[in-house]
Amino acid sequence: MAASAKHAAWALAPALAVLLAFWLLPLAHLIVLGTESRDSSGSGYWQVLSSAQYLGSLAQTCALAIFVTLVALLIGGISGVFLSRQQFFGRSALVALLTFPLAFPGVVVGFLVILLAGRQGLFASLGLQVAGERWIFAYSLAGLFVGYLYFSIPRVILTVMAACESLDRSLEEAAHSLGAGHWRVVCDVIVPGLAPALASCGAICFATSMGAFGTAFTLGTRLNVTPVAIYNVFTNYANFAVAAALSVVLGAVTWAVLLLTRRLVKNAGTVL
Amino acid sequence: MKRSSLFVMQLLFTLLVCAFMLVPVLMSLLAGLTRNFFVGVSSGLTFDWLIQVWQAYSPTVWLSLQLAVACAVCVCVIGVPAAYALVRMNNRFSRAFEELMVLPVAMPGLASALALLLTYGQFGTFRSSWLFILVGHVLFTLPFLVRPVMAVMQRQQLPVLEEAAASLGAGLIKRFFSVVVPNCRAGILAGVLMVVTLSLGEFNLTWMLHTPMTKTLPVGLADSYASARLEIASAYTLIFLLMIVPLLVALQAISARLSRGERR
Repeated sequence: MAASAKHAAWALAPALAVLLAFWLLPLAHLIVLGTESRDSSGSGYWQVLSSAQYLGSLAQTCALAIFVTLVALLIGGISGVFLSRQQFFGRSALVALLTFPLAFPGVVVGFLVILLAGRQGLFASLGLQVAGERWIFAYSLAGLFVGYLYFSIPRVILTVMAACESLDRSLEEAAHSLGAGHWRVVCDVIVPGLAPALASCGAICFATSMGAFGTAFTLGTRLNVTPVAIYNVFTNYANFAVAAALSVVLGAVTWAVLLLTRRLVKNAGTVL
Repeated sequence: MKRSSLFVMQLLFTLLVCAFMLVPVLMSLLAGLTRNFFVGVSSGLTFDWLIQVWQAYSPTVWLSLQLAVACAVCVCVIGVPAAYALVRMNNRFSRAFEELMVLPVAMPGLASALALLLTYGQFGTFRSSWLFILVGHVLFTLPFLVRPVMAVMQRQQLPVLEEAAASLGAGLIKRFFSVVVPNCRAGILAGVLMVVTLSLGEFNLTWMLHTPMTKTLPVGLADSYASARLEIASAYTLIFLLMIVPLLVALQAISARLSRGERR
């Protein structure tokens, strides 16, 4: 079989060529571009790392992504365990409806947030009736939070449902028969059993939220998150070095989190 | 069987989550068909907005379909052999390649697009053609085909079948097309549907790679969200959903069938 494995390696050549030419090479170019400097203001990396504005936006992006991930894990975890454990009428329809938004692009999610919380949105008219003022939060970080939550929840639900299938139910029954209450079983049996899946899914949610340009773009280019900052630096100031450096830093942070999670969790099934 | 109060609470919670997912979509559908959304449905329902959107933006729909089909073809041509090689090799090199393949999805799309633009942007004719966007889409969607195809290949008893074919005198190429490909049809189909769905909705890369002459559907959507009135934007979203929801339904049906096969 060794000879045929060698032959099989040739089948990898086209994909490898595409990835090398159109991804690795441009990425290397981007990393090098970040070291260039324009009008004696230091290299792109230096400008990013020494500027409170860029670092602030990066910190804000990270904090938002972490917060979204935790809330999505909580909500998706509860619904996912429920949906995989209970059988009732309309369950599969509910699962189908809950997982559709996974494929919605970020721009559309941004628009849906505007419909919920924008100037003519649902919350605006609700607030007008309840409190006499329009509740508008779509064009702020809160709106971004709602949008990121919108595309993170389906992913968590799918992963948790898949992970629940492989949980050993006899452990829960044993815990119950030993007198553990419902919360004890959840905390000591179900959550540890789901932990690998939750961790790797959380990492993917974090990565998606870090790079979600479409949603932020729809909600307004004044939001201070890194993808928008990159876009503004590139299009408004044509400062390629800083745009490249910011992209590299954003990509490095995202990648580091994914890699770290993978080191901690071996072989966890995830939905990309 | 009597349900506990815990069941009811969890059901209500899940229904609430479902409402969060669905209500904005339904609002968007309704807004696209309402004469004046600010006044409400009492102003009457109409197809006028849809017709206006179609007149203004139909080129974006055709370009997106063209891109999605081309992307699916390209990803199949490079992805199916790659999946075969990865399953067959299963060594340090192949695992490193899998890592490399997933990176364009894990990295922020904006960064990948910027890298492509700064490296290949100076080639004018390439830059201004739709092939430039196609490259981005192929990079982004490749793992979504390779992974399901690999999963199916690992399940089937391909080595045994292939050995049988080889002992009957079939060469590598012949074995690939007459044994390997037919045996992982379901995986390829699932992958292709996913690739088409993702390509139709791709925005993060496309926004940086597009030119005024190569506007895709999501780029047009972003345009209309920024500048058009709410009813137009909603009608446009409605057209997008009409294209994408049948694909998603088919995808769910296929993955249900695939996971049934797994259990057998």
